[in-house]
Amino acid sequence: MNKKQSIILQRTYIVLIFCFMYLPIAVMIAFSFNESKSRSNFTGFTLDWYKSLFHNEMILSALGLSLVLALVSSVLATVLGTLATIGINSMSRRTQLVVNNISYVPVVNPEIITGVSLMLLFVMAQNFGLGGDSGLFGWPTLLIAHITFNVPYVIFNVGPKLRQLDPSLYNAALDLGCTPRQAFFKVILPQLSPAILSAFLICLTYSIDDFMISYFNSGTMQTLPIAIYSMTRKKVSPEINALSAVMFCVILAIILISNAADSRAYRRNQTAIRKAMQEEGAR
Amino acid sequence: MMKAEKRVAAALSAALLALVSVPGALADGGTITVNEDISVSEDCDWTRFADDNITLNVYNWGLYISDGSDDSVDVLSAFEELTGIKVNYTTFDSNESLYAKMKSGGATYDVIFPSDYMVGKMAAEGMLAPLDFDNIPNFKEIGEDYLGWDFDPDNTYSVPYTWGTTGLIYNTTLVDEAPTSWAALWDVQYANNVLMFNNSRDAYAIAAKKLGYSLNPASVEEVETVMQELKAQKSVVQAYVMDEIFDKMEGGEAAMAPYYAGDALTMIDENPDLAFVHPSEGVNFFVDSMCIPANSKNKEAAELFINYMCEPSVGLANCDYIGYSTPITRVWEQLDDDLKYNEIAYPGEDVMNKAEVFTTLPDEINAAMDAQWSEMKSYEEGGSGWMVVVLLGLALVISFFNIWRKLRKKVRDDY
Amino acid sequence: MLKSKTSRWLAGPYLVWMAAFIVVPLFIVIWYALTNADGQFTLENLTQIGRYSSVFARSLILAAVSTVICLILAFPVGYFLSRLRANKQHIMLMLVMLPMWMNFLLRTYAWMTLLEKNGLINKFLGLFGIGPFNMINTSGAVVLGMVYNYLPFMILPIYTAMTKIDDSIIEAAQDLGCNVWQILWRVLVPLTGPGIATGITQVFVPSVSTFIISRMLGGGSNLLIGDLIELQFLGNSYNLNLGSAMSLVLMVIVLLCMSFTSSFDESEMEGVM
Repeated sequence: MNKKQSIILQRTYIVLIFCFMYLPIAVMIAFSFNESKSRSNFTGFTLDWYKSLFHNEMILSALGLSLVLALVSSVLATVLGTLATIGINSMSRRTQLVVNNISYVPVVNPEIITGVSLMLLFVMAQNFGLGGDSGLFGWPTLLIAHITFNVPYVIFNVGPKLRQLDPSLYNAALDLGCTPRQAFFKVILPQLSPAILSAFLICLTYSIDDFMISYFNSGTMQTLPIAIYSMTRKKVSPEINALSAVMFCVILAIILISNAADSRAYRRNQTAIRKAMQEEGAR
Repeated sequence: MMKAEKRVAAALSAALLALVSVPGALADGGTITVNEDISVSEDCDWTRFADDNITLNVYNWGLYISDGSDDSVDVLSAFEELTGIKVNYTTFDSNESLYAKMKSGGATYDVIFPSDYMVGKMAAEGMLAPLDFDNIPNFKEIGEDYLGWDFDPDNTYSVPYTWGTTGLIYNTTLVDEAPTSWAALWDVQYANNVLMFNNSRDAYAIAAKKLGYSLNPASVEEVETVMQELKAQKSVVQAYVMDEIFDKMEGGEAAMAPYYAGDALTMIDENPDLAFVHPSEGVNFFVDSMCIPANSKNKEAAELFINYMCEPSVGLANCDYIGYSTPITRVWEQLDDDLKYNEIAYPGEDVMNKAEVFTTLPDEINAAMDAQWSEMKSYEEGGSGWMVVVLLGLALVISFFNIWRKLRKKVRDDY
Repeated sequence: MLKSKTSRWLAGPYLVWMAAFIVVPLFIVIWYALTNADGQFTLENLTQIGRYSSVFARSLILAAVSTVICLILAFPVGYFLSRLRANKQHIMLMLVMLPMWMNFLLRTYAWMTLLEKNGLINKFLGLFGIGPFNMINTSGAVVLGMVYNYLPFMILPIYTAMTKIDDSIIEAAQDLGCNVWQILWRVLVPLTGPGIATGITQVFVPSVSTFIISRMLGGGSNLLIGDLIELQFLGNSYNLNLGSAMSLVLMVIVLLCMSFTSSFDESEMEGVM
């Protein structure tokens, strides 16, 4: 087999895989413009489903809840996780191992077990009278559940970064008269911030996307995935296609923007380096 | 403020109109018009919770209310507008999952819609609050026939919402001859073309009727015999469904399926190839009720909601949209003739004489039914022994592979 | 650095949190699994699971099959992507991850509409006079759903491992007379071992415990462990104790699987998420 053939083969294979991955999404987007409710016959073009989607109280309020919940839980998880990472880092090797292994549990455990075990905990707490008449389930349980499965992602993202830091920088800051607190905020935190930010974004996506764990702990509230689930359990309205299309476009936009920002930063970086090198050479 | 004024104005004009146009309307009490479809009786102080910032958690069956989709009347937003109470409306898909969610304490609701036997079970376990009928004046609208059933003899806990029967929906283009018996659901000719109830009680009822038993088992042995019949059916069944049935039957995905009569009407509306029959062995007659859980903290507001749901104009909107049969006499009177005398929604004596109501089962039989249901769903035709064998084989291969890898590694390390 | 006694206290809130919401819930699961509804100690729940052995077997087999398919599909993708130019790699990687960020219920639902008897695939095949096939509500559909949903979780770690392989290593192998298969087995697979191990866990664990995919694509007659557990907690057969016992068994299965894959490489589990 010569080189050219193998490249063609490679290309075809990748294209086929991408077809497989994007076929269902493409179909949903196409049928979001379908006039009739049929899922297999395209009868005409319409934007009505988008219109009714944006008037659908249930979906909009579920979306609102999901966004607020994701934001609050991610912020709390990031703070809790960053503090924990610093604390864990100063523990003995053995304790570190134990804590890290326990933190792995929500990551590797099947989601259904995390959901079910938290539900049992809350049921028990409720039986002991916590939460009063109205019960515990709802905001508090959702928030706790989301923070619980988010914190480990923060720890495992920020942890490696923290270990890579050069300890002499911190010590230098102390020598130069910083208090430990100042040294932390002025030296450590700025170096950690990219890792913290990416951990925060990971939390955000996991939280918005979570169905399994919320399903068992949501009480009477509906997050967006739960609302979608209850939609697919009934007579399905093409609004669901419109929703997919909207979500796809939003995600695509976010990725493109962040990508563009990335490459601009990269280019700027490159220019700066080149400039510095030139100056170096000129000297 | 604006809203309140508008409402008063609307009420006044409605009352005036009633005075002018209908003599004797005074005796009836005036009405408050919320919108062009919904107008409610003036006898009730609808706005008394307007300033309390209450949210009612209403838990109902899926597709069981006129919610504004498909140009229907949105009764919930009308209620919010009328009373100033917010409604958090969520749905469940079977009595059993309603029970599980409430029993585990996983959520607190203010109004729920269980069926007959579940009302009995929940009442017996102290999960329901007795209703204060002073707050539900519209209770008088409910027809005598639908009150005082065994599951709640004095209607202490429940107000009927709808009633109906089960039956067989089939696609006339996909069956050779119209089925008349539940046995058609076991017919191998329709293998992979049959849908079945995805909840224990309704599925059990069908198998029981087919075998000539009562749909309320008297003993654990009886449960076992009937469940055996459901296991035998598994190879014919394409899928176990609840409300997914709408899409599947309307889209011609299956030849026949048992479901509730009211939903059958909705499906036939969408796809005229569908037809409905009450099988000759007899069917289940059910009454779905509105109840208030014992731990509801907005009981009075919940009663206001129930009262609202019993308003004839609201009942009419619901009935029109969901197709189930109404227990409210005045609603039935106002129905279009094609629904009013519809054999599917309001079957004749011959069907009703053979219809049976679910009773609340003793705990022991109930537990047996739940366990057997899980087991039936897990059962695989032709025995599942091979799977365990395959699994053991797989595990063996993996462990051999692991040992081989370790040995190889060791050999390599020894170099 | 920062290794003072005081900074250790910063982990305090998290340790409390961890104890309360990770450790305690697991013990509650165990406690429920070993008691009956009245709170008495019993082993009955665990012994009862024997009746559902077919469900456990089915889950394990379907999950194993999907994992293998994912591995076979993803391995070449990881390799090809890692050989592209850097800026192209970036775009391709985004394309791999993009579907992952869509809600998985929506993606699974999309397959439902495709696989139906009167669905698009059968319509399309019908144009050529083939079919219609019975695709939805079969085990095959469930496997398809698993492969589709979890394929990116396999591609990403394999790709990451592949990027660390230098072209010169492959060229050296070629120069030394290896054929394609030898390169694959002797060079690529051993060097991507940790990535493969991560991929296997990331596909197998969610596949073995899902209940959405089997419910939407399997028609409720191909029960998996996840369905069975959900049935005990919020479904038709309310029984928290039995459900907990099942969860316990599922946890043991996952632990076994983890210990198998982590034996591939002990150190390399971090930083692949």
